[in-house]
Amino acid sequence: MRYHLVLRTVAKILIPLIMLFAFYVQFHGDYGPGGGFQAGVIFSASLILYGLIFGLAALKQVIRPWVVRVMLASGVLIYGGVGVASLLLGGNFLDYGVLAHDPVHGQHLGILLIELGVGITVAAAMITIYFFFAGRKTTKQ
Amino acid sequence: MNDLLGLYSYWIVIVLMMAGFYVVISSSNLIKKIAGLNIFQTSVFILYISMGKVDGGTAPIVVEGSSNAIYSNPLPHVLILTAIVVGVATTALALALVVRIKEAYGTVDEEAISESDNEL
Amino acid sequence: MTLATHYPILQVVIPLLAAPACVLLKNPRACWLLTMLVMLVSLGIAGQLVWQTSESGVISYAIGGWAAPWGIEYRVDALSSYVLLIITTIGALVLPFAARSVADEINIKMQYLFYAAFLLCYTGMLGITITGDAFNLFVFLEISSLSSYALVSLGKDRRALSAAFQYLIMGTLGATFYLIGIGLLYMMTGTLNMADLAERLPAVNESRTVLTALAFLTVGISLKLALFPLHSWLPNAYTYAPSAVSALLAGTATKVAAYVLLRVLFTIFGVDFVLGTMPVAEILIILGMAAILIGSMVAIFQENLKRLLAYSSIAQIGYIVVGISLGTVTGLTAGLVHLFNHAIIKSALFMAIGCIIYRLNSVLIGDIAGLGKRMPWTMAAFVAGGVSLIGVPLTAGFISKWYLVLAALDKGYWPIVVVVLAGSLMAVVYIWRIVETAYFKPYNGPASISEAPLTMLIPTWLLIMVNFYVGIDSSLTAGIASKAAAQLLGVSP
Repeated sequence: MRYHLVLRTVAKILIPLIMLFAFYVQFHGDYGPGGGFQAGVIFSASLILYGLIFGLAALKQVIRPWVVRVMLASGVLIYGGVGVASLLLGGNFLDYGVLAHDPVHGQHLGILLIELGVGITVAAAMITIYFFFAGRKTTKQ
Repeated sequence: MNDLLGLYSYWIVIVLMMAGFYVVISSSNLIKKIAGLNIFQTSVFILYISMGKVDGGTAPIVVEGSSNAIYSNPLPHVLILTAIVVGVATTALALALVVRIKEAYGTVDEEAISESDNEL
Repeated sequence: MTLATHYPILQVVIPLLAAPACVLLKNPRACWLLTMLVMLVSLGIAGQLVWQTSESGVISYAIGGWAAPWGIEYRVDALSSYVLLIITTIGALVLPFAARSVADEINIKMQYLFYAAFLLCYTGMLGITITGDAFNLFVFLEISSLSSYALVSLGKDRRALSAAFQYLIMGTLGATFYLIGIGLLYMMTGTLNMADLAERLPAVNESRTVLTALAFLTVGISLKLALFPLHSWLPNAYTYAPSAVSALLAGTATKVAAYVLLRVLFTIFGVDFVLGTMPVAEILIILGMAAILIGSMVAIFQENLKRLLAYSSIAQIGYIVVGISLGTVTGLTAGLVHLFNHAIIKSALFMAIGCIIYRLNSVLIGDIAGLGKRMPWTMAAFVAGGVSLIGVPLTAGFISKWYLVLAALDKGYWPIVVVVLAGSLMAVVYIWRIVETAYFKPYNGPASISEAPLTMLIPTWLLIMVNFYVGIDSSLTAGIASKAAAQLLGVSP
């Protein structure tokens, strides 16, 4: 991989842009098309691109497997946590209206957090899948 | 004739569905089975997506000043987004199983696998 | 707003959130403790829900405060609270057993993943039972199925992998069929809420789309249910899965599928349409009878104990389906009572087999010769479960068969009675083979074999006790079941 100068240069230029686009899709999701699923996949695509160009070992330096594992779990916990929080604040499960003083603000806050949880888990799941498939030793047969 | 052509989205769905189903049943290669399963699922995605089409409808995003616009039905799209995610998860799991089957048996052919099981 | 009003969502969310918590914890012991805690809380909530539904009828819970039919509604009635009770009882008794069995059978690095997948599978089944939304049901169906494929693949034998793959292909086909059916119904009615669907369907009953939807739904669910002849995934999956997984799946997975069948046939389409207009009942009765005969027949010739029990499961599913398809209150009661009885019997039997595997590391019938003296409690549990499977009076199995025979005679369907008797006789044969080998043949295994540890024996025996309790005093299960049956058929009990 050392000699693929074009690939490496292009990847270095593209990866930050892909990440930026992922964040745009993530945080624009409650006003326009977008959301956690798409953003998570785009974000993980940038990291997987890094892994493809610079190798799995380098990617594991960038993002440690235990970080991915924590992300995988914490996304779901954020999602469920929002639901439980709205339940404790007197609403039904996932009733975002009660999260802030003003129901409209509450809805915004709620969907933002939910999509964040989804985004984190989806990104982590994609990276985990890549780790496992790329990390297996090939069998000689 | 008009009816037949007018329902073209359903014809596409049926053709894809049967093609995928046939591959799942007939192929003994596990990877091809997964591909067939994906085609089968895709046909259902198309069924749902075409269901949401409204004549002259636009993307269902509320823009100020155009309150009387016709929107496509977003619900089937949302449903199928969920189903697509489920499909991705299924494919990932299936491929992971195939990788481990390949490691354990040294083949991804269903008949060879059942043969080597019968030898035990 | 007290906590009690939130029980329907807590029932699903607590195990759902415990799964990622297990991934964070990673320590097998801590994971087991957390899972056990969750199982006990879930059992408590299910008990509360049973009580609430018997006091105040149907409980409806709107997720996110969006009222049905626009939002997703969780809906608990007599039937769903009954199935919730089955799942949580099995879960709470399989888990204590799982601690030893999992430590023995699964790589220590994978154990936290086992508990996470176990919790997700459990969540999915609870979700299926509690939701009132047809599409939400599909999502939970896939949650439970995907995690059970992963659980099956954790088995020690390499054949577990191909069994899991086969299960995955069949299960996904089934779920996708279900998805097509729901899509067609949505096209015709524009709603996904089950109660709303039931209201709107009669207007469009005549259309071919609805008939196609019914066909897709029935076939899809039958795949999940492992109804003969769509059962081919079940024997391998149960045989090669880890013991704890076999015990959980045998007790719950097919039961939940039977619940979905009931919901679709009786709640969504309605008894008049399904039993009157379409020949669904006739087809299901014939397939159910074939399942009883062929499942029991094949079970007789099995050398592998787990596979023997798996084929016997296929036969038992036949009993459940026949009961359901009779379409009368007694018939449905028979099906529902057998749902509970078969769940506890099969889980207990698979747990007894798990004890044998723990000590003997083998499940072949030839290897258990003389084991009755070496592992008296395990084998006694197995025999007690087997007796119940046959349907001897004073056991749970007798009660369900009694109701089934009554229901069949009510309708004048005497071939069903003959088939039930034949099935029971064949059960005698395959259980007797095991009893004979275990008690009347000399022991020739290693000398070190002794009784299974208490943590595995106690849960097994608890299930056996429940089995005898239900067999002697059937008022609890039959009471809820007949109420649920009446509610499904829309008649007053």
